[in-house]
Amino acid sequence: MEILRVHFILQRLIQLIPVVFGISIVSFLIIHLIPGDPASIMLGSRATPENVQQLTAQMGLDKPLYDQYLIFLQNLVQGDLGKSILLKQSVNTLISERLGTTFFLVMYASVLSLLVSIPIALWSAMKKDSLLDNGFRTLSIFGLAMPSFWIGILLMLLFSIKIKLFPVSGYGKNFIGHLYYLFLPALTITCSLAPVLVRPLRSKIINVFSSEYIEAARARGLKEHQIILNHVLRNAISGTVTILGVNIGWLLGGSIVIETIFSVPGLGQLLINSILSRDYPIIQGLVLVFAILVIVVNLLTDLCYAWLDPRVDLE
Amino acid sequence: MQPILEVDSLKVVLQTKQRTIHAVNNVTFHVRTGETVGLVGESGSGKSITCRSILQLLPTPQGKVVGGGIRFAGKDLLSYSKKQMQELRGREIGMVLQDPMSSLDPVYRVGEQLVETLRTHTKISKKDAWQKAVELLRLVGIPSPEKRVHDYPHQMSGGMRQRVMIALAICCDPKLLLADEPTTALDVTVQDQVLSLMKEIQQRLGMAILIVTHNLGVVAEMCDRVVVLYAGKVMETAATSDLFQTPRHAYTLGLIHSVPRIESEEKLEGIPGTLPDMSHAIKCCPFRERCSFATSECSFDEHTQLKEVAPGHWSACFHHERVCTQA
Repeated sequence: MEILRVHFILQRLIQLIPVVFGISIVSFLIIHLIPGDPASIMLGSRATPENVQQLTAQMGLDKPLYDQYLIFLQNLVQGDLGKSILLKQSVNTLISERLGTTFFLVMYASVLSLLVSIPIALWSAMKKDSLLDNGFRTLSIFGLAMPSFWIGILLMLLFSIKIKLFPVSGYGKNFIGHLYYLFLPALTITCSLAPVLVRPLRSKIINVFSSEYIEAARARGLKEHQIILNHVLRNAISGTVTILGVNIGWLLGGSIVIETIFSVPGLGQLLINSILSRDYPIIQGLVLVFAILVIVVNLLTDLCYAWLDPRVDLE
Repeated sequence: MQPILEVDSLKVVLQTKQRTIHAVNNVTFHVRTGETVGLVGESGSGKSITCRSILQLLPTPQGKVVGGGIRFAGKDLLSYSKKQMQELRGREIGMVLQDPMSSLDPVYRVGEQLVETLRTHTKISKKDAWQKAVELLRLVGIPSPEKRVHDYPHQMSGGMRQRVMIALAICCDPKLLLADEPTTALDVTVQDQVLSLMKEIQQRLGMAILIVTHNLGVVAEMCDRVVVLYAGKVMETAATSDLFQTPRHAYTLGLIHSVPRIESEEKLEGIPGTLPDMSHAIKCCPFRERCSFATSECSFDEHTQLKEVAPGHWSACFHHERVCTQA
């Protein structure tokens, strides 16, 4: 079993190589399709064409595209994502400094969403079609329909400015600080993520509740809380893990907006600034990192699914 | 011998928004210690509902006991609280359900499920519970139990899983085992093994069995006495051999004639018609519309009450003598 699992992980990691290669080509080409070039943006509107040309040559951006790509690839194979055009810093450092922040935010939001979704789904399922169930349903639709930047601003207005419970922006210095500073951003993501998780989980719980093995568990005299925690939730949760896994990619994208609103120094902010200044190496590097993250999260989801449901065969 | 289970004039309704179904009407029977009683009837006759109401496992929120009494070991089960009932289930009364393929939780090893049940009802250490789980699997005839105890349900066959279900039902030495169609979902060769296993365990533990089935073959093989149900009413109850040799109810006669016989060239006789509408309480013989013996007396409640027509043989049929001579 263990060997099987290691084999599965290795296989998936090897599949990563062609995917990363493909993504690097596509992202490289698309970035160069964006109108505007870094030199003229850096020099501003008063620059002469000669100045621009000179700077472009200095940055090596006058070479043919395939040449530029090959240089990029050569560095990539050595684990080097290049150097930022504008910030004059290694892209590796720039990304690794901020990766943790974004990762923390995404994980925080996921955990918070689960903590919110599971009790709501359970409650709705047990009181199916009651006022409460319908109330949560309406609330979910509201959460889904409202854009997250709007919810974010509302939460900020309410909890940071009116009540002054949480900070407006920032990241904090230690783990507790991170939890405190990122609470509102995570809550904002939760508002749109939890509804996605609650509906399927609710119907799965209803499904499991009416299954024969739950009846058999009752007939065996297990206590009701034992049945709910060990049997109902345990069987219902695996689908939620899959949905969460699929949504992590979307979350990474969504965090860009949230990070901008709450000024969280994460990858999202870096990405927006780099796109605005056409800082190709950073954009390139970030697209790659996002892609790898999504793939790794999907792999983790599969492993998690197999761990939760023994009937799942990794092969 | 003192009955371990007495069901007395039990009335159960299933209530939906649209209508009320009188699923069980005045059902009375008893099970003695060490005895096997069969609850027989076609689909919708109320046999499963009767069985489930003993453990208060009726479908919620539709099912409700509206009258009568259930006494187990002299105690009135209907007055039990939720908690008392939960403690009774699995410890004093075990239950085996119909479909072993879906009655075990798929995400736990069979050992874990046995340990969980054992530890719910008895003060026993985890290690001892695992030991006991292996012993139980050995008792129900699972080969190399010390290995199979770590299997997940999906790694076992249907017959094996039903053996595990039996192990789960008897793990706390119950006084009564309720078996709700225990062999219906199994193939024929395995059915026989499971039935003999139940008999063997009954002899070893001295428990009573109430077996719910529509299969007269199972009844003939397993039961000391039979209760025949139709439309939620007891039609006839007698010792198994009595019932098969001299049925005293037109419905029982019909049931016996509906069993195909391999040596017979005759065309199989079924019972024409279907169950009557049960959305109101039936105050006559519910079988009269499908019965070839039926006369005007069958429409009266007083003529279709359960009465002792021969020693230990009770029938609700007005024409029990005519039926008896025909059989």
